[in-house]
Amino acid sequence: MGRRKLLALGFAVGSLLGIGLYARRGKSSERVDLYFADGSLVSLHSDSPEAAPLLVHARDALRAART
Amino acid sequence: MTEPSTALAELTEISSQIESAVLFDADGKVVAATIPDERAAQVATSARALLEQAGQIGGGDLTQVEASTGDGSLFVVKDGATMIAASTSAEPTAGLVFYDLKSALRAAAKPAAKPKAAAKPKAKPKGTTRPKSSGTS
Repeated sequence: MGRRKLLALGFAVGSLLGIGLYARRGKSSERVDLYFADGSLVSLHSDSPEAAPLLVHARDALRAART
Repeated sequence: MTEPSTALAELTEISSQIESAVLFDADGKVVAATIPDERAAQVATSARALLEQAGQIGGGDLTQVEASTGDGSLFVVKDGATMIAASTSAEPTAGLVFYDLKSALRAAAKPAAKPKAAAKPKAKPKGTTRPKSSGTS
């Protein structure tokens, strides 16, 4: 019985950890890549202050495209 | 000129990743779209604002943008005064999407080929025979 409880607890903790990691992964995949005519690329991750307003426009456009 | 709407129809047909696309000019006026007009206008406004704001960041000549969000990506490509915005599902193959968008922009800007005039059948001269080769050359 004790072993079963331990297994269930382990499973619950593992699931929570997985959900947390998945959510974190989803958030970190938010970014804006800017490609310039000279071939250079600037990649802005979601935690950068410059990316935030650009992502707002992108979300607005995606919402309009899908609704 | 290839109809812009035809170019967009071909784009969504060849690319399984592109959900919708809007072709618009520098003023944000929609030229063609695969979604209804009202929504296309909203997409064009947001995409233009995104491109304008992003253009102030690098300092160079911005030609294309990929904005990845948790539930999809927005691609914007600029070619002169014409721009195209497209939405895709999450984590698309960016290189392929950009290639398809640039091809669609070029197709929309390309002048249509004029239909060829029917060629006149050449009258065969009567009574002439092909000289036979001697076969010793």
